Amino acid sequence: MNKHPVMLSGLILALFAVAGTGLVAFTHLQTADRIAENERLALLRSLNALIPADSIDNDIISDNRLLDDPDRLGGDRIQVYLGRKQGQPVAAVFGSIVPDGYSGPMKLLVAVRIDGTLGGVRVVSHKETPGLGDKMELRKSDWILGFDNRSLNNPSLAGWGVKRDGGVFDQFTGATVTPRSIVKAVKNTLIYFREHGERLFEPPTDSLPKTAGLSGDHQQPAGNRGRE
Amino acid sequence: MTDNPYVKLVKDGLWTNNQALVALLGLCPLLAVTNSAVNGLGLGIATTLVLTLSNGTVSLIRNLVRSEVRLPVFVLVIASFVTAVELSMNAWFHELYKILGIFIPLIVTNCAIIGRAEAYASKHSLGRSLLDGLAMGIGFTLVLVTLGALRELVGQGTLFDQAHLMFGEAAQGLRFSLGEDFKGMLMAILPPGAFIGLGFLIAIKNLIDKRLTRRQAATVREPLEQGTEAGTA
Repeated sequence: MNKHPVMLSGLILALFAVAGTGLVAFTHLQTADRIAENERLALLRSLNALIPADSIDNDIISDNRLLDDPDRLGGDRIQVYLGRKQGQPVAAVFGSIVPDGYSGPMKLLVAVRIDGTLGGVRVVSHKETPGLGDKMELRKSDWILGFDNRSLNNPSLAGWGVKRDGGVFDQFTGATVTPRSIVKAVKNTLIYFREHGERLFEPPTDSLPKTAGLSGDHQQPAGNRGRE
Repeated sequence: MTDNPYVKLVKDGLWTNNQALVALLGLCPLLAVTNSAVNGLGLGIATTLVLTLSNGTVSLIRNLVRSEVRLPVFVLVIASFVTAVELSMNAWFHELYKILGIFIPLIVTNCAIIGRAEAYASKHSLGRSLLDGLAMGIGFTLVLVTLGALRELVGQGTLFDQAHLMFGEAAQGLRFSLGEDFKGMLMAILPPGAFIGLGFLIAIKNLIDKRLTRRQAATVREPLEQGTEAGTA
């Protein structure tokens, strides 16, 4: 063995690679279920904040499908979660994307009840300027609650803008781009729902335009992504 | 006073050779995460855990590993522990994990960890290496928490905001606020605040060190001068 130090070194390295991978594999096995459950619960918590848990009776997380409409929803492969009670549609929660935030796209959860009113809106992740553009976070300000119970009739389409643009929604001091882009994205989601709403709850057919079909993968649940 | 090697180890880790303030290692996570005290504490604890585990393991295998492959082996050990800690955090501190997110894997690249493995643990016994890892880790954590608290207080007007993510709902009471009127100085939360804050901390440490040496020199000189007077007399 001593005549082949390279072999010995390689062997040692291999041993440690196996041991290290073993440790990671073991930890993964121990934690995988718990992590999946955590992510499911976190998503469920943020969905239930918009649609009360007692108003639906289906498994809203697995009752989801992927939509593809960059104009209205901000991207392709947009997840929508469907809430039903006794088989009847109650509300749809869209994972819409705000494409034109001040510092890049933002992810939303927009809950639309079957009658076209908003159950609520939350910003799931964003990179807006801390202290200026982050007042759409619920823990910073209750601005985002201003969407509750709104619809395309309340206010009318012309009112769907920030006050500076003649709309009814407040802008933030020193940051207009952020609220303006969110208001626009919520309005577009409502328009999408008005156009396709009830058909979302039917089993997917070819009649629904630009639909990617059912999918099992979930998008990241609510909360701040790492802030840089 | 520092004759006891274990006391010296702790003192080195916390102050004399503090990895963040003196060695200036691990600045990437240090500066990125410290926008609040809780974030700093979270990353500090994770780093301390990895540092202690890796120091212990490296010390145990120090006679086994040939010197040509020791660095790759150390990196392997550290990377495995970091991944294990990351998965555990995701499982048991899910909310905090979502905030610290990408910075946990970055612990692998924290030079302080491979630095301690190479400079200390690979040459010393298990007990001393563990203590060294623990002391260095706590020293690093203290800087993270201090800097985080400083930036949070100046930038946001709160302290230990979101402590419940780490310690459960009971810790909500830990939160301290300067009052709703305080709008905060935005820069402290942004990256420049991290550099300026760290600069202040280093300056304060150097100032204290200088005071200490001056005082020590003064106390040492007095008996010395008396001694020379006696000699010439």
